Amino acid sequence: MRSDTGKAKAGWGLTAAAWFGVLFLNVPILFIILYCFTTDDRSYSFPPPGLTTKWFGVAFARDDLWASLGLSLRVAFISMAIALILGTLAAAAMYRFRFFGKETVTLLILLPIALPGIVTGMSLRAAFDLASLPFSFWTLVLGHATFCVVVVYNNVIARLRRSSPALVEASMDLGANSFQTFRYVVLPNLATALLAGGMLAFALSFDEIIVTTFTAGNQNTLPIFILKELSRPHNRPVTNVAAVMVMVITFGPILLAYYLTRDTQDTAGSGK
Amino acid sequence: MSVSTPAAVSAPSLLHRISTALYVRPRLLLAMLLLPPLLWLGIIYLGSLFSLLVQSFFSVDDFTGKVVYSPTLMTYAGLFNDTSISVIRRTALTAVVVTVICATIAFPLAYYMARYAGPRAKAVFYIAVMLPLWSNYLVRVYAWKLILAKEGAVTWLLAHLGLQAPLDWVLATPDIGGASLGTSMIGTTIVFVYIWLPYMVLPVQAALERVPRSLIEASSDLGAHPRDTFRKVILPLSIPGVAAGSIFTFSLTLGDYIIPQLVGSSRPFIGQLVYQYQGTASNLPLAAAFAVVPIVIMAIYLSLAKRFGAFDAL
Repeated sequence: MRSDTGKAKAGWGLTAAAWFGVLFLNVPILFIILYCFTTDDRSYSFPPPGLTTKWFGVAFARDDLWASLGLSLRVAFISMAIALILGTLAAAAMYRFRFFGKETVTLLILLPIALPGIVTGMSLRAAFDLASLPFSFWTLVLGHATFCVVVVYNNVIARLRRSSPALVEASMDLGANSFQTFRYVVLPNLATALLAGGMLAFALSFDEIIVTTFTAGNQNTLPIFILKELSRPHNRPVTNVAAVMVMVITFGPILLAYYLTRDTQDTAGSGK
Repeated sequence: MSVSTPAAVSAPSLLHRISTALYVRPRLLLAMLLLPPLLWLGIIYLGSLFSLLVQSFFSVDDFTGKVVYSPTLMTYAGLFNDTSISVIRRTALTAVVVTVICATIAFPLAYYMARYAGPRAKAVFYIAVMLPLWSNYLVRVYAWKLILAKEGAVTWLLAHLGLQAPLDWVLATPDIGGASLGTSMIGTTIVFVYIWLPYMVLPVQAALERVPRSLIEASSDLGAHPRDTFRKVILPLSIPGVAAGSIFTFSLTLGDYIIPQLVGSSRPFIGQLVYQYQGTASNLPLAAAFAVVPIVIMAIYLSLAKRFGAFDAL
């Protein structure tokens, strides 16, 4: 009799559907790279009429590109740090305790990402207007950190739910106090979840444009730089070069995140 | 937690005493953990939502163009004309269609990842799903603008496959068609699906991973055909994952204004109106009132998703 274990062979239909999904997700990225090299800077003709590398030079000479990259990195780092602290605290509270209004708190944490970005952005814009708060670096961070909390929270609480409470109990039974248990048992167990959550938060902030356009004023984050660049009729490939830059910068961390969480994924599915 | 006695102590340090104090007063610990995130989200997020609501009850003076800070329902009346209603309907309908297509594409992919892929293949798939998430959102939209343009790759490919006629026929369809894929509702929908797909794959895959292997073995030991096991064991257990993913795909589509602006027909979505009103039109109250619409839609949607266990699968 055939049993559905992981070693079983998938049907060709399923395999094809899975690969369709993967190709659909990734082939467009190749076009971004291809169009970095096109000699056609006004329309989107395919195949490109000719290939050139001059757009890299043009892009790297742009000071405003570097400035917006710097701003995006700063906002993303600080938002990530705030989200890591708030998200972890919230996850710990929600995992350990049952209390009145717990469902409401879950909803509150989820809300900034569950509600459309336009709502978050517009709300912040409305609040800044009522509070007469001028747009600044910190208005960007306020918005970004708020919707990043949920990402960290999700990662940490998922790990907490997967890890066995027996470990914590054993640690306490063996005489460790809460801080020691946290330091030597909980934290190592959480480390990769924190890292993964942190990097997702970082990416979310780095990538965000919808909330950002409402909280930025005249500041240009990298996505805003690209959006403005898109409406220019010439030098279109510069946008592609900026995009490839972002991809190269972020590819390292994602591989790292994967290798760090890979081992725990097997042990974490501890139902086996 | 079912620990009955606090651990015995030999030489209590300060940390240890704090630890014990917190252990016997769990409410205090709870407050310490929960207060910072609650304050942040409560003040900044709920405060902002409240400001949004307040703003939506203000109005703009027709002559001076300045905001009149006194409560009125006039601004909301602007939501109930035919144009506004058609924009709201178009946005909500697109969000539903995008969610359904995302679930259809994501499920087999997530299922394959969770059940069939070996460690190496799983690594490849995982990266393949995450990579788009890590690439800049705007540029991925832009990639589709390149691909779907009249002189772009899809047109080129279809022409070479001899499929020009079916493409023209589809593009001639009223409402969803347009001059090219890049300026049609079909194009907008494709891009929405592409951009939000990873948000559906990941929770579905997580939900499928969580299905205990023993349950599947039990089902087949009891004589169920693999198809029955899938339908009666795996599918119901993966529903929370799909519901969780759908929160993202639905909500993100409702609130996006970049995608329909860059790829699609000129017919606006809710987000574009909000952006225009708060920006160039400088009518903050009307923008706020329009932003309340997705909140109402999402409130209904979240209460539905909750029933399918979406919150436990997040």
